[in-house]
Amino acid sequence: MATSSTKSGASFAESGADLELTGISKRFPGFTAIDSLDLQIPAGSFFALLGPSGCGKTTTLRLVAGLEEPTAGRILIGGKDVTDTKPFQRPVNTVFQSYALFPHMTILENVAFGLRRRRIRDAVAKAHEALALVELDHVSSRRPAQLSGGQQQRVALARAIVNRPALLLLDEPLGALDLKLRRQMQLELKAIQTEVGLTFLHVTHDQEEAMTMADTVAVMNKGRIEQMGAPEELYELPRTAFVANFLGQSNLFTGEVVAATADAITVDVGGVPVVVPRARSQRHSGEVAIGVRPEKVTLLTEAPLPQAGRNVFGPGRVTDVSFSGVSTQYLVEVPGAGELVVFAQNMVFGPVVQVGAEVWLSWNADHGFGLDDDPGTVPRFVPDASTESIAIQRRIALEEELEQA
Amino acid sequence: MAFTAFASQTTVEQAPRKRSFVALVLLLPGIAYLLLFFLTPLISLVITSFQEPDLYGDIGDYVTAFRWENYVDAVGEYWPLILRAFGYALVATVLALVISYPIAYFIGVKARRFPLLQSLLLTLVIAPFFISFLLRTLAWKQIMSDEGPVVVFLKSIAVLPSDGHLTGTAFSVIFGLTYNFIPFMTLPLYATLERLDTRYLEAGADLYASPFTVFRTVTVPLSMPGIVSGTLLTFIPAAGDYINASRDFLGSSSTAMVGNAIEANFLVLQNYPAAAALSIVLMAVILVIVGVYVRRTGTEDLV
Amino acid sequence: MRRRTKGLGLWIYTFIALAFLLIPIVYTFVFSFNDSGKLNIAWQGFTLEKWATVCTVQGLCEAFGNSILVGLTSTVLATALGTLIAIALVRYRFKARSAISLLLFLPMATPEVVLGAGLAAQFLTVGVEKGLGTIILAHTMFCISFVVVTVKARVASLDPALEEAGRDLYGSPGQVFWRITFPLLVPGIAAAALLSFALSFDDFIITNFNSGAVDTFPKFIYIAAARGIPAQVNVIASAVFLLAIVLVVVAQVSRAARAKRSSAS
Repeated sequence: MATSSTKSGASFAESGADLELTGISKRFPGFTAIDSLDLQIPAGSFFALLGPSGCGKTTTLRLVAGLEEPTAGRILIGGKDVTDTKPFQRPVNTVFQSYALFPHMTILENVAFGLRRRRIRDAVAKAHEALALVELDHVSSRRPAQLSGGQQQRVALARAIVNRPALLLLDEPLGALDLKLRRQMQLELKAIQTEVGLTFLHVTHDQEEAMTMADTVAVMNKGRIEQMGAPEELYELPRTAFVANFLGQSNLFTGEVVAATADAITVDVGGVPVVVPRARSQRHSGEVAIGVRPEKVTLLTEAPLPQAGRNVFGPGRVTDVSFSGVSTQYLVEVPGAGELVVFAQNMVFGPVVQVGAEVWLSWNADHGFGLDDDPGTVPRFVPDASTESIAIQRRIALEEELEQA
Repeated sequence: MAFTAFASQTTVEQAPRKRSFVALVLLLPGIAYLLLFFLTPLISLVITSFQEPDLYGDIGDYVTAFRWENYVDAVGEYWPLILRAFGYALVATVLALVISYPIAYFIGVKARRFPLLQSLLLTLVIAPFFISFLLRTLAWKQIMSDEGPVVVFLKSIAVLPSDGHLTGTAFSVIFGLTYNFIPFMTLPLYATLERLDTRYLEAGADLYASPFTVFRTVTVPLSMPGIVSGTLLTFIPAAGDYINASRDFLGSSSTAMVGNAIEANFLVLQNYPAAAALSIVLMAVILVIVGVYVRRTGTEDLV
Repeated sequence: MRRRTKGLGLWIYTFIALAFLLIPIVYTFVFSFNDSGKLNIAWQGFTLEKWATVCTVQGLCEAFGNSILVGLTSTVLATALGTLIAIALVRYRFKARSAISLLLFLPMATPEVVLGAGLAAQFLTVGVEKGLGTIILAHTMFCISFVVVTVKARVASLDPALEEAGRDLYGSPGQVFWRITFPLLVPGIAAAALLSFALSFDDFIITNFNSGAVDTFPKFIYIAAARGIPAQVNVIASAVFLLAIVLVVVAQVSRAARAKRSSAS
């Protein structure tokens, strides 16, 4: 075993290594999980792979861990090709979704397992240290079944990082925890990553989790990476409709580019000119898809004066108001543009306008974005058709009928 | 528990094809063993069933031949025993099911809230396994003997005529079969009923079904895997049994089953071809019945 | 009110039915104290003498020893062979799966008399002398399928992520098996071994065809049944029964206590 160069090279990485995937494909009988994926993760970063279930993110993780073999492509960790090595020969450790703590061993034995397999000296002392890092040294003689979910999660983390892997893989590690514990663990995980300086590859379907924790987020869909970047960048400037809607909500429109300057393009949306900065737009001519985030849109009860640098829709009618504490979500039906969603901070007590009110919508042209998708394939914004809003709309329709009668 | 056995389905993880040599190493010893000591003997049995007596040999010496008349002779001579075996086994299976279902339901559903009570009751169900099958049957023979308390009581209330017997009758053989296989019926029933989600029963009741209708339309269909396993685990050994029907136990010459004929021909008369032919007939009929039954009840996945 | 009486009916029924199941056991136990002569049929009075003179009955203790020997040997063999098959069935994909499933199912669907006669016919053809060895071969054969079914359920309920975690934490395939897979399978393997032993120990029909001149405990009873069973047989059966039931109850109570403790902490 000592002859394995990958393995001896793996012993206690001083810091994280970078990960490089080139042309990775993984086909299972009947479907393709990953389709020629290229990915580079710099050493020491906290990288999140975000996507809906079935997008191939967990398969990517398993390929890196060596639990699956790629159909094509190479995997390099710290510049070394590990494509053909077995999981136990890779300088990689995983925090499993189900934690996979060995039920027949104590917490300490679980954490020391990897160290003992590699015959590292002072395994017990190092395991205690790792448990102290996650503040669980006092339960080291218990069995996993005697711990709470959050404690098990931290043990799973300690069991992985005690090996100082060049790369730590986290497979939906917080998925089984309740919301409050999850928020707390997100912060702790981030703090531990900063402290130990390892490269973290975190797979999740929770966009908020990905954005709060990671330096870089890659949004994955149908076995491909749709867009990759810092969380703010992905959010403020989504390049595809999938990203625009998976990462938060967006109002999307399609229309013809009717004017283009060096700085901006103007798109005709149902007769209303909408200006988008050229730099924030992927396409600059023909039919294009554009969008704006709901919280960037201002709700006005009177028609605003035309103003350079602001796009205005209206008048429209409020079809639904739902109050959610910090903010209120309004659905506004605008003739020609369809239904828009607006988030407004609750600066005053209660909603500003009621259902049925006539309103105008306006936003700073700098906040718009233009997408790379073919306009024909872009899904129109689909409002959250919750039963409550349907019921409210029904009631309004009925009341109007009654009034007319 | 092994008795849940006959119908189970597992989702299997995708394993790479090139590791199948490991599977071969794991499978080889056990499968070779079964081929050598299960399948080959069955083939030997088929060969033996066509043998004819060695003209120049002693009694019990046979030579390989294709004497298909062995089957005609055996079935011609023993058809009442074959019919009796399947008849007794069928009645005993139905009785065991009727007796066992409430026990399994009580332990698996009603006693669910008391795990210790549940496991102790289960221990009582399997307790007969811990004492010899033969001794239990002999105990019933003594209890039901002509001088025993049961016969004396039945005669005193004139249910049984004064010259009547219990042992040596069809009643006592079926009684013995039923008694001996109740645990085999109860355990698989328990295993499925124990997993029965009682919310289905509540939903049934909520949707205007009477308790009996809920039982008939919800409980029974959901416990079908247990019913299939239990009836097979009872019917198959009961049809081949020859202890209960034996003269030294609960039977008499008029209750002999096909198993008794196989034993007598093989071990006493040394008429191996007849014993083999009867075995093949017994096995063939059972396989046909099991095949039809399993297909009709819709549990195709057997092991 | 009606609901309450209905539930009570099921209680009463279950306890009567279980009492019925226990009648022959109680009978056997009580008659182990019968001060009988050679035949143990009518009650003659209480004595402990039979418990003290178990082995004075000719061949009885030898037959019992044979049963133990056969039970232990065939249990070890069947458990080892069956466990390997169970792991292969759950963890690997291979072409002959359905044929192998059938081969495992058939011994359970074949009446014992056919299994016994088949093996006996084979031993006759090959010219093998019947004895302890042939009994062990036969018992191992019919126990394998039951072991496979029991262990397979345990393997299938094992989270594959546990083995993956072992590989991820630098365990070689052998280490992963012996340190993770095997310890986690132990309860299933133990259950399978107990079942095998019980099946082997109580088997008569297959033994009868393949034992030649050798007696096992059940075969001793079968032969003695024609003449009358000595009370010492009841002594051995009662002792085995008491031992088994005590072990099972202790195991269950301690498991229940452990479950209560771990859910409390």
